[in-house]
Amino acid sequence: MKQVELAVVGAGPAGLSAAVTAARLGCEVALIDDNDRLGGQLIKQTHKFFGEKSHYCGTRGMDIAGILLEQLKETNVRVMSGTSVVGLFAGNVLGLADATSFQKLAAKSLIIATGAAENNLAFPGNDLPGVYGAGAVQTLANVFGIRPGNDALMVGSGNIGIIVSYQLLQAGVRVKAVVEALPRVGGYHVHAAKLVRLGVPILTSHTVLEALGDEYVTGARIAKVDASFKPIKGTTRTLAVDTICLAVGLTPLSELLWQAGCRMVYVPELGGHVAWHDENMRTSVPGVYIAVDVSGVEEASTAMLEGRLAGAHAAMALRGADAGTTIEQARTELCAIRSGPFSRKILCGKARLAECALPLN
Amino acid sequence: MRSSTAPDPRIANHPILRFERGTPVEFYFEGRKLVGLSGETVAAALIANSVKVFRHTEKLHRPRGFFCAVGKCSSCLMVVDGRPNTMVCMEPLRPGMKVERQEGTGRLP
Repeated sequence: MKQVELAVVGAGPAGLSAAVTAARLGCEVALIDDNDRLGGQLIKQTHKFFGEKSHYCGTRGMDIAGILLEQLKETNVRVMSGTSVVGLFAGNVLGLADATSFQKLAAKSLIIATGAAENNLAFPGNDLPGVYGAGAVQTLANVFGIRPGNDALMVGSGNIGIIVSYQLLQAGVRVKAVVEALPRVGGYHVHAAKLVRLGVPILTSHTVLEALGDEYVTGARIAKVDASFKPIKGTTRTLAVDTICLAVGLTPLSELLWQAGCRMVYVPELGGHVAWHDENMRTSVPGVYIAVDVSGVEEASTAMLEGRLAGAHAAMALRGADAGTTIEQARTELCAIRSGPFSRKILCGKARLAECALPLN
Repeated sequence: MRSSTAPDPRIANHPILRFERGTPVEFYFEGRKLVGLSGETVAAALIANSVKVFRHTEKLHRPRGFFCAVGKCSSCLMVVDGRPNTMVCMEPLRPGMKVERQEGTGRLP
């Protein structure tokens, strides 16, 4: 069986940062991703990031992917793209499948950075072709240059919902409305304002009742909701759309963490079941580390920092690498980046996780 | 299928992106010849040809299409070159590929 010192699963912002950091500190690293193209969801993010210069403020997500891939090239990380991790066996043994073969890889340490998948929402017709995850539509439009449809309804006004709505407009799709069940817009004002200036109505206290159509979406029924999210009679109307995008949150892709035997905790603020972890991204299983989104659904900036933290700590544990400064710095930057009002939820979730301080197994 | 008046799903002009389009790749959907581009997934090539229904479910025969684009939701399972349950959102398009709608759970060849 093939062996490696550190296996990083997932080559999005977290996994790339983890792999580069650990390799720079002297680790022998294998980086595994089921896509042919590395970069995770960064490669479709055309919006510019916020924050500080050190966190790529003002740079588009897809360009950040380019920067990380350049950094990766300068290391000797073994890249295994187009390869799915289909199982995690006892002793940190990964089952790997590519288009033609299956093999096993034994790792001394693991960093799981598998990310998250989009949530669906319960309403009649939600399974019809034309009801798409907002991120899926973003991939179609921004990576492949293909419009998912001509007229869209966006469900959810968090940052993903409003950013993708704007990108749909850039792709030439008419966005008929954004509906948001809460009485206020969820995402950053600056993104929402761009949409409103272009005439897209953001309907707060509204929800989608039904997707219409037999073989695929031909319309959407929406309605205003009361304070307890119940549709208000007489407010229903139909929008002629062929696309309904769902931007209603994400769920961590935690299958490998369950298989690893990590202690899992259900924390709604973090997106569902996440692995218990300490401030160095260690799970309850020795040698198994995690980073955003499987440690809590966040965004690429914190993903890169948690990845760096996990990579540095793994290198220290495996090689005795002098990683103290890297670790301290990543922790300080994480605190800074999470100091804004939009991070209250994630901090609340992390605090809840810390309350169950001792792993039980 | 796209009617002759409907706009081409491929984006011709984008304010900030320049798409590096691949070379044409011929493949078959339900026996009909379609053209996609190299570097695309099967799902992307189908949507570019305005094909939205990828399969029908086992019990209720509900149509299903693209949903997550990250190989996780299983909405886009099709029969590719006779192989059922292929996630076409992750499957690279290759010349001559035979892509068929999956009816129900699919049968092994």
